[in-house]
Amino acid sequence: MELVVFVLAAAMILVGGLGVVLRSHPVHAALSLILTLFGVAVMFVSQQAHFLAAVQVIVYAGAIVVLFLFVIMLLGVDRTEDIKTEPFKVQRPLAVIVGLGVVGLVTAAVVTSRDVVATRGAGIIEPAMTDPDSNIRQLSRSVFGDYVVAFEVTSVLLVVAVVGTVLLTRKMKPTSKESQ
Amino acid sequence: MSALIAAATPTTTWYLVLAAILFGIGTVGVLVRRNPLVMFMCIELMLNAVNLTFVALAKRLGDIGGQTTVFFVMVVAAAEVVVGLGIIVSIMRKRPGANVDDISALKG
Repeated sequence: MELVVFVLAAAMILVGGLGVVLRSHPVHAALSLILTLFGVAVMFVSQQAHFLAAVQVIVYAGAIVVLFLFVIMLLGVDRTEDIKTEPFKVQRPLAVIVGLGVVGLVTAAVVTSRDVVATRGAGIIEPAMTDPDSNIRQLSRSVFGDYVVAFEVTSVLLVVAVVGTVLLTRKMKPTSKESQ
Repeated sequence: MSALIAAATPTTTWYLVLAAILFGIGTVGVLVRRNPLVMFMCIELMLNAVNLTFVALAKRLGDIGGQTTVFFVMVVAAAEVVVGLGIIVSIMRKRPGANVDDISALKG
């Protein structure tokens, strides 16, 4: 059962990821990204991260991709771009070599060290029918306990990002002093 | 055959290798594509690959800190997308249809 879930979700992730890279239409790339994000959410569920799976669907698939689609429509770049031509001939083979190198090295590191890591934490509580919200409780103990300073700094980051973006994309009107 | 399938339960290594492949796809996308929006989507792919790694290792190590890190990565990714898309919008307003080769000069 777990194998079937893994294979299906892995297929979603890989097909979506390849779609983002290979589709020449930006809207198609964004929709492929949604497929990948849902696949990752399924993986989160099968790895006992239920709250993060919900956040993944709501924030990533629900907000970030919609933001991408909004910007694509706003800028009017929703037309197929020509990805056949390549100004630098050597770039694509080099990029594929770099990508395969990254995958190969990380895979080698993972496979050789698969028996090294040992359980060291208190353990992830698997939700049961009698205690369905244990993952949320455990995660919130961690976020609002050990990592509460980081959580507060994150709120500052969000405010800075919002204010900065508003300033950045605002159309500059000539102020009354300059126009006089 | 069915016994073989039943025996092959996905271990943490499977998840980590899958995340590595997803990260590689994202890397190649950033290096190959010219549209800044699609490059941004490829960065999201790489972030998701790292998130998957964190969650898989959180389960393997029995440490909820991995999931907490993913939580923060998601928040930072949202902020990053907002700022990045703001920059792209303000550039594209000046030069419609620009790709990253057209805006490599670091000046308006």
